Amino acid sequence: MQTAIKRTAAILAAMALAAPAMAQEAQSLDAKVNAAFASATGPFVNFIFASFPGTNFPWIVMWLVIGATIFTLYFGFVQFRFFGHAISLVKGDYSDPNDAGEVSHFQALATALSGTVGLGNIAGVAVAVGIGGPGATFWMILAGLMGMASKFTECTLGVKYRNEYPDGTVSGGPMYYMKKGFGELGLPGGGALAVLFSVFCILGALGGGNMFQANQAHAQIANITGPFPGWITGVVFALIVFAVIVGGVKSIARVTEKVVPFMGILYVGAALIVLIVEYDRIGWAFGQIFEGAFSGLGVAGGLVGALIQGFKRAAFSNEAGVGSAAIAHSAVRTKEPITEGFVSLLEPFIDTVVICTMTALVITISGQLITDPETGRFVLNEAGTAISTIDGNTGVALTSAAFATAFSWFPYVLAIAVILFAFSTMISWSYYGLKAWTYLFGEGYAQELSFKLIFCVFIVIGAAANLGPVIDFSDAAIFAMAVVNITALYFLMKLVRIEMLSYTSRMRSGQIRKFAG
Amino acid sequence: MITKLLVGLDGHSSGERALAHGQKLANLIGDCELIVAYVIEWSPFSFQTAEENAQRHKRREEEIALAQTRVIDPAVAKLKASGMKVKGVVRHGNVADTLDALAKSQGAEMIIVGRTAESGIGARIFGSSASNLVMQASVPVTVVN
Repeated sequence: MQTAIKRTAAILAAMALAAPAMAQEAQSLDAKVNAAFASATGPFVNFIFASFPGTNFPWIVMWLVIGATIFTLYFGFVQFRFFGHAISLVKGDYSDPNDAGEVSHFQALATALSGTVGLGNIAGVAVAVGIGGPGATFWMILAGLMGMASKFTECTLGVKYRNEYPDGTVSGGPMYYMKKGFGELGLPGGGALAVLFSVFCILGALGGGNMFQANQAHAQIANITGPFPGWITGVVFALIVFAVIVGGVKSIARVTEKVVPFMGILYVGAALIVLIVEYDRIGWAFGQIFEGAFSGLGVAGGLVGALIQGFKRAAFSNEAGVGSAAIAHSAVRTKEPITEGFVSLLEPFIDTVVICTMTALVITISGQLITDPETGRFVLNEAGTAISTIDGNTGVALTSAAFATAFSWFPYVLAIAVILFAFSTMISWSYYGLKAWTYLFGEGYAQELSFKLIFCVFIVIGAAANLGPVIDFSDAAIFAMAVVNITALYFLMKLVRIEMLSYTSRMRSGQIRKFAG
Repeated sequence: MITKLLVGLDGHSSGERALAHGQKLANLIGDCELIVAYVIEWSPFSFQTAEENAQRHKRREEEIALAQTRVIDPAVAKLKASGMKVKGVVRHGNVADTLDALAKSQGAEMIIVGRTAESGIGARIFGSSASNLVMQASVPVTVVN
């Protein structure tokens, strides 16, 4: 324990000294850091994002989709059979009134959603549709529906094997179910998997859950105000995050909690208005989606190109199988771990099937993607890598332009939404990283503080520098989490099945029923 | 048969006045039990951070303990000293809904609350707890000025 504290203190001191220097000299150091980092992490990144020989289909996407398919079949299409029951649980129909004041199913779901709804739904979908055409949407929805079963599996285990401490706080997540679940089944290697997962989780939290978010938020702000040094955004963000996670300034977190769902509703509402105004083109848009899904409509890579983009986007956006949601969901107070599994399967549905599809429909209907009026096929850009757009926009700019065809002021709202989503994603991932950190180094104030400070330092680095390889590496770390997590889920899924059979038989016998009132 | 009266406390003078009125009625009725309740305003549909969720159980215990020692215990002790039958309850939830549910589950004849000085836009739009209770309750409600 003592050495752990000393070690973290040493890392911390090094980070604190290095941070201001890195922020200021980021521009000049950029090339050097990029080169050094790329050569050090390149093999790992290349391994995670490697494609099957002779294709451009990354094996990690296949890994997530195969996992989701196996869980879907193993649990007999749980995502469809228990969809209505999941909604009943969220509404509180099955909540014991005597437990009022504990974390509700709704709260656990909302917290987990605020960690996944974000740039992926806005920028990522635009990339997918821009490269894969509207047909990518079909595969994205399919992957989202399958991913619901992965979430169900990991979140049930997250609640079942969490640690509850005497003071009433809880810690849960894949590292806990790996260690305890493997122990219960008498299998070796649970502890090693848990350590491996925790290491990847910390890297993912600092990268994809932090630096990438800070970087994109700065890009959005600079887009409106004009260029200015990124470290300024970084320091401001770091101070706000510091105030929330270290200073415990609840008011900021509370404002975000209220504003983020509001932005989500506003985003979906704006998309719905665009769709209502253009209602006569909705049928056509769905036609494009189905036709594109099976023919490709001439996009880069044809049918396979649309399929890869759709699968990739769904997996990147809803994090099903990554294990992060299992940490967020484990805080719920319930006697039945499986109920949280049912609730969590709504998450990929809301994130991918609803919100991502809205973005895709608006982009398709807006006419931003240029088609050849004679053949009806998409016109590719000069390099042949993506569909040409009216102003040459890609990513978040494409989404922004698509919404602007209906509301000229929407880009401003979208910029604010992106910044807030980035902030809430950072707060969520700071917690996921913290849980992995305390799993490795032990629970305690010193250990927690050291991680939180490191986290804040990385916000400045992320916003200041354009470290492409660092972001590649952190994305790779998030997917490395999925490799470890899904491997563990294959061994542990029979435990979930036992829970499910017990629960459904008690539901049928009337032991589990709604509370009147 | 014993008559049960439910008194809603809020930790302020308005709650004290409601309690005094309840005590007076109980004395007039005779065979009477007072149920004194404190409701901690809470919604299962609010938004929380992951860290708040992890600590929620602990916070809930703290909130209940605080309400019990600061509000309920002194009131119960005072009534017991004057020879009344009394029961103290602390609950989480929407004040009006929870008091009504308590009245139903405990079989209370009447709910007695104090008129609170809730103000601001929230109270203007959604009404105060007392007025919501008057609108929704399934038993008679007395609002003490």
